[in-house]
Amino acid sequence: MKKQLMTGVLATLLSSTTMAATDITWWHAMSGQLGETVNTIARDFNASQDEYNIKPVFKGSYVETLTAGIAAYRADQAPNILQVADVGAATIINARGVAKPVEDILVESGYGFNNQDYIAGVRNFYADSNGKMIGMPFNSSTPVLYYNKDILAKVGVDAPKTYEEMEQVASKLKEQGYATFSQSLTPWIMFENFKSRHNLPVANKNNGFDAPATKIMINTPDMAMHFNKLKDWSDKGYYKYYGSDWDANQTPFEKEQVAMWLGSSGSFGGLRNRVDFELGTTYLPYWQSMNKDAGRTFIGGAALFAIDGKPKKEQQAVAAFFSFLTSPETQMFWHKSTGYVTVTKAAYALTKKSGYYQEQPDAEVGVKQLSLPGGEWTKGYRLGFYSQIQEIMHREFDNVFANRISVEKALNNIDKESQVILSRFARTVR
Amino acid sequence: MEQRQQYTHSALPYFLLVPQIAIIAIFFFYPAAEAVYLSFMLEDPWGQSSLFVGLENYTILFNSTEYLKSVVFTLGFALVVSFLSLSIALLLAVKANNILHGKGAYKITLTWVYAVAPAVAGIMGGFMFNPHIGVFTEIFASLGWDFSLYTDPFDATFVLVLVSVWKQVSVNFIYFLAGLQSISYAVNEAAMLDCESDRRRFWTITFPLLAPTGFFLLVINLTYAFFETFGVIDTLTSGGPGGGTTSLVYKIYRDGFIGTDLGGSAAQSVVLLVLVLALTWVQFKFVEKRVHY
Repeated sequence: MKKQLMTGVLATLLSSTTMAATDITWWHAMSGQLGETVNTIARDFNASQDEYNIKPVFKGSYVETLTAGIAAYRADQAPNILQVADVGAATIINARGVAKPVEDILVESGYGFNNQDYIAGVRNFYADSNGKMIGMPFNSSTPVLYYNKDILAKVGVDAPKTYEEMEQVASKLKEQGYATFSQSLTPWIMFENFKSRHNLPVANKNNGFDAPATKIMINTPDMAMHFNKLKDWSDKGYYKYYGSDWDANQTPFEKEQVAMWLGSSGSFGGLRNRVDFELGTTYLPYWQSMNKDAGRTFIGGAALFAIDGKPKKEQQAVAAFFSFLTSPETQMFWHKSTGYVTVTKAAYALTKKSGYYQEQPDAEVGVKQLSLPGGEWTKGYRLGFYSQIQEIMHREFDNVFANRISVEKALNNIDKESQVILSRFARTVR
Repeated sequence: MEQRQQYTHSALPYFLLVPQIAIIAIFFFYPAAEAVYLSFMLEDPWGQSSLFVGLENYTILFNSTEYLKSVVFTLGFALVVSFLSLSIALLLAVKANNILHGKGAYKITLTWVYAVAPAVAGIMGGFMFNPHIGVFTEIFASLGWDFSLYTDPFDATFVLVLVSVWKQVSVNFIYFLAGLQSISYAVNEAAMLDCESDRRRFWTITFPLLAPTGFFLLVINLTYAFFETFGVIDTLTSGGPGGGTTSLVYKIYRDGFIGTDLGGSAAQSVVLLVLVLALTWVQFKFVEKRVHY
């Protein structure tokens, strides 16, 4: 009896210590296997200490998560951490006082912060114009080129490094009856990362970092040249445009209808399991004629934003979680189980040391590409209402590749409509 | 004295109406008023800044060729979907009503589609018409039709209409069948003695007697085509290709929720509200006059 009473008292004591732990919430958009991994990370964090308790909540797609976050913020019910995709970064960063910079949150809680710890391509994307990191890069990927080694070997060509080589390879592939490539997400691969790879500006006002951009660099000679080439290749059957849907462009590669596919560096895990051929991965192609020292690309994916205006204790909990999240071990676990790149140099080094890249060489391509030398225009971009602009791009490029309008007309349409949208956004920023 | 009599009503009827009025006020009038207010504003999504811009949102809308395209698409789509789902359902109901044996089997197989949600219907359509694994894409290809859901607006519209009609026929079927069964047997019998032609009997006797049901269904179907096909569009085409299947409701969602442009999206909602009110008025003013209850 006495013993039972003691256990009872002990249990109450224990539960009261867990009750005393600070609870924080994390709204994310990671479904399926990714969601499971998120839950594992949260569980590990909760088990690693007993002061804080994080609760991940799946809120649907990126859009649904952001919409839910906005609605909750307006009703003073915002979560502590909100996951926001690259496209929505400007939406949250430009809204004064919504997000508390990760750098501040970490430093205030005594964790210290040095942005040089982060991989070059990751460092500035979610930072302000002074390089202060606002959002914590979480699931990060970048576009790379996947190729079918079997087909290329049969035709006797190597994977192209440049678009010039791509054109030569394409004519040889065509002789053997193969289409050369498809790609998923035109604005991301053929505009944003095309610009970064060639070190060209994406938008005015320092890519939108210094002040809200009012014009994107879409109606430019480089874009006109590139899209006219793509259109030409599409007419010749080199390039296959299957619409704006991601999977509709990836599936033909898996079914060996096209020899190459430009897609996310995070896709290799799923791809490798699904295809019957030897898979190869390499850097995103570039035009030798445009920039012979092509550099790094941007990160895609999403970042975690700490919502400001929460009690100090909760902000400390967020800081503790961010610190846990960026530890090399957590990063390596995330990298290996999802295919997203590691965001810190230490995590990259640890993964390298573990011998992972010997068995999974494809996994390293994204990280290496993000670590290539960069230039003035490779930091990232900040564009308000950008998902509306991407929508316009999809619409216009659908029309271009279906022979309904010319490349020049499409670029001009995007330019004009995006200026209206950007200037509207600029007026909402105070 | 007599006048005062009018004011001695009990408050009870009003009291009983309160719940209904409250629901309408909270879920309809308040959001509608909010939409009207927002349509004159330019706001950042977080509600940090709010700027009165007068009619700017409307000006942008009416100067946009894409919006005009969306209006034309929506009206055309609504008419085609309503016409097809009403006429197919009527044909099926008339035929099913005349069957003597196995009537139940026909009724059940024709109505169970009713349980399928538009979004689910859209996903099923997405599988069947998928460019790479779709059964129908292959069948069309073997017939020489280079069918492409994601790149050809005509093909995309074709699938949307097909799925939307398929989904709606069952609802119409139930109502038409009920309508047919409520026509008195005596009338039919008398007509049969006077007129031998099935077709003539249908157009002169059955169809006018079905008119009240038909009118009700017309209103329901247009509303369905305007609003509920959202789920089908979202799961099948997302408004593409080339923006060719963006209905007004879908555009409101895209610009407001994905594009986070609340003002522009609110202006579109107000326009849609006015459009639907006008359409409803026309229906009741002109079509209902020809319906005899």
